[in-house]
Amino acid sequence: MTEVKDLEALFQAKIDAEQKIEPKDWMPEKYRKNLVRQVSQHAHSEVVGMLPEGNWITRAPNLRRKAILLAKVQDEAGHGLYLYSACETLGVTRESTIDDLLSGKAKYSSIFNYPTLTWADIGAIGWLVDGAAIMNQVMLTRTSYGPYARAMVRICKEESFHQRQGYEIIAVLSKGTPEQKDMAQDALNRWWWPSLMMFGPHDGESAHTAESMKWKIKRESNDELRQKFIDRTVQQAEVIGLKVPDPDLKWNEERGHYDHGEIDWKEFWNVVEGNGPCNHERMKARIAAHENGRWVREAAVAYASKKARKKQAA
Amino acid sequence: MSNALFTYTLRLADDLLVLSHRLSEWCGHGPVLEEDIALTNRALDHLGEARNLLQYAGQVEGQGRSDDDLAFLRNERQYRNVKLVEQPNGDYAHTIARNFLFDAYHLPLMHALLKSKDDQLVAIAGKAVKEATYHLRHSSEWMVRFGDGTDESHQRAQTALDDLWTFTGELFVEDDVQKELEKAGIAPASGPIKAAFDSTVNEVLKEATLKRPEDGFMAEGGRDGRHTEHLGYILAEMQYLQRAYPGAEW
Ligand SMILES: [Fe+2]
Ligand SMILES: [Fe+2]
Ligand SMILES: [Fe+2]
Repeated sequence: MTEVKDLEALFQAKIDAEQKIEPKDWMPEKYRKNLVRQVSQHAHSEVVGMLPEGNWITRAPNLRRKAILLAKVQDEAGHGLYLYSACETLGVTRESTIDDLLSGKAKYSSIFNYPTLTWADIGAIGWLVDGAAIMNQVMLTRTSYGPYARAMVRICKEESFHQRQGYEIIAVLSKGTPEQKDMAQDALNRWWWPSLMMFGPHDGESAHTAESMKWKIKRESNDELRQKFIDRTVQQAEVIGLKVPDPDLKWNEERGHYDHGEIDWKEFWNVVEGNGPCNHERMKARIAAHENGRWVREAAVAYASKKARKKQAA
Repeated sequence: MSNALFTYTLRLADDLLVLSHRLSEWCGHGPVLEEDIALTNRALDHLGEARNLLQYAGQVEGQGRSDDDLAFLRNERQYRNVKLVEQPNGDYAHTIARNFLFDAYHLPLMHALLKSKDDQLVAIAGKAVKEATYHLRHSSEWMVRFGDGTDESHQRAQTALDDLWTFTGELFVEDDVQKELEKAGIAPASGPIKAAFDSTVNEVLKEATLKRPEDGFMAEGGRDGRHTEHLGYILAEMQYLQRAYPGAEW
């Protein structure tokens, strides 16, 4: 008993001294579980996130935009790969992690349960969704678990390109024809609040915050990150002449931040619990990809083992 | 001559643009994440190659049409791709077999174009050769895995080959455009490309323990703009925004 306590003290001392925890280091089981939950959820979000954007690749308005969007969605698949690998360093296989997604046991970011209805939504996703994700991910480059932090460094480099291309799409639309400007404003109207929800519940109500902060898995709270995002994004909207759909939004001189209206938490929980506009479609698409790919994966395994046997025999 | 060169360049471009479109349909739905990335990557390669060719076609035509104009504002009868590339993705075996049959033709074509008398086509082929080499390796490896994998994968791969074989004849069509450019030393002769195609196909199918389909009826018409019904839907989707908001900037 004392031994575990000593180990825990050592572990915490290491974290307090800003040393990274590596896969072979001792770690409390709860730390490991917390990380598995977070990293796998993040991996699933990258992969499910390919669906709403993939929805517009074949309809992109010109060849340049099509190439950028393809490259972006491909990046997200790559992020999924790094993160599944980071998960494996915590002792869970990619297969079992994916099974948890498909059985509904594991979650992914609720934002991807909203539909991409117009081309402007592709802009809004890059600008707002990747923009919100960056806030979180920049923080995570300094997370205490080494493999997760290193995956985040690679990912962040690409995310800022994602954010820029999205903002550029929206900026071009807002300078375009009246129809295009409406399209841009409508996308902002629909994606603004769900983007704010991406940071999770208020600090007081977040189930994992305190522990995650102590272990430096997270280093800034949900509300702090959300505020940063709002402050930056409101200014970006102003530059291109779009209106953030929050009547209570105003600059607070004293705080040096924007005050904003309350998030509709009923909607948030509703979507988390599976009743968003696209929860069903997203899961159906992932399950179909997995099921339809089964014979492909089996063939690859069968061929590899045949080949290995032949090699042994020779 | 410039008319024939315009058509020839469009043929090269449209094969890649339409195949890129089909491959991009897989994005987010691949059988395993690595393949999702590989197909998207390939869609991106073809898109880049198609853009180079469309830009050049626009120059050859001399009417000031851009790559986007040619991609988004030509109709079904003006597209010049082979029917093979517009065929639906089907299961993964169909997608891989379609890639493989195209690659077995496309790689030797790109190699041969390096000796063309048209400097632009030489430059474009020079960039494409490396990608085409990788694409053929990827599709061949999967043909072998499927053919020599499980009973199910073998069956699916054979069915895919049998279904698609009829579309391979058109890859080597000898019409006026082809003959005129061949004479001018711009387009490589079809004979050696066909020979390279045959030897790749025979070699890979042998290793895959798959049967080469018999040469029966061969579908044609794509090169002249007479397509299967699939192309209309591809273009309706691809061109939607440009058609719905004429002249808008994106
Ligand atoms: Fe993302
Ligand atoms: Fe990402
Ligand atoms: Fe991203």
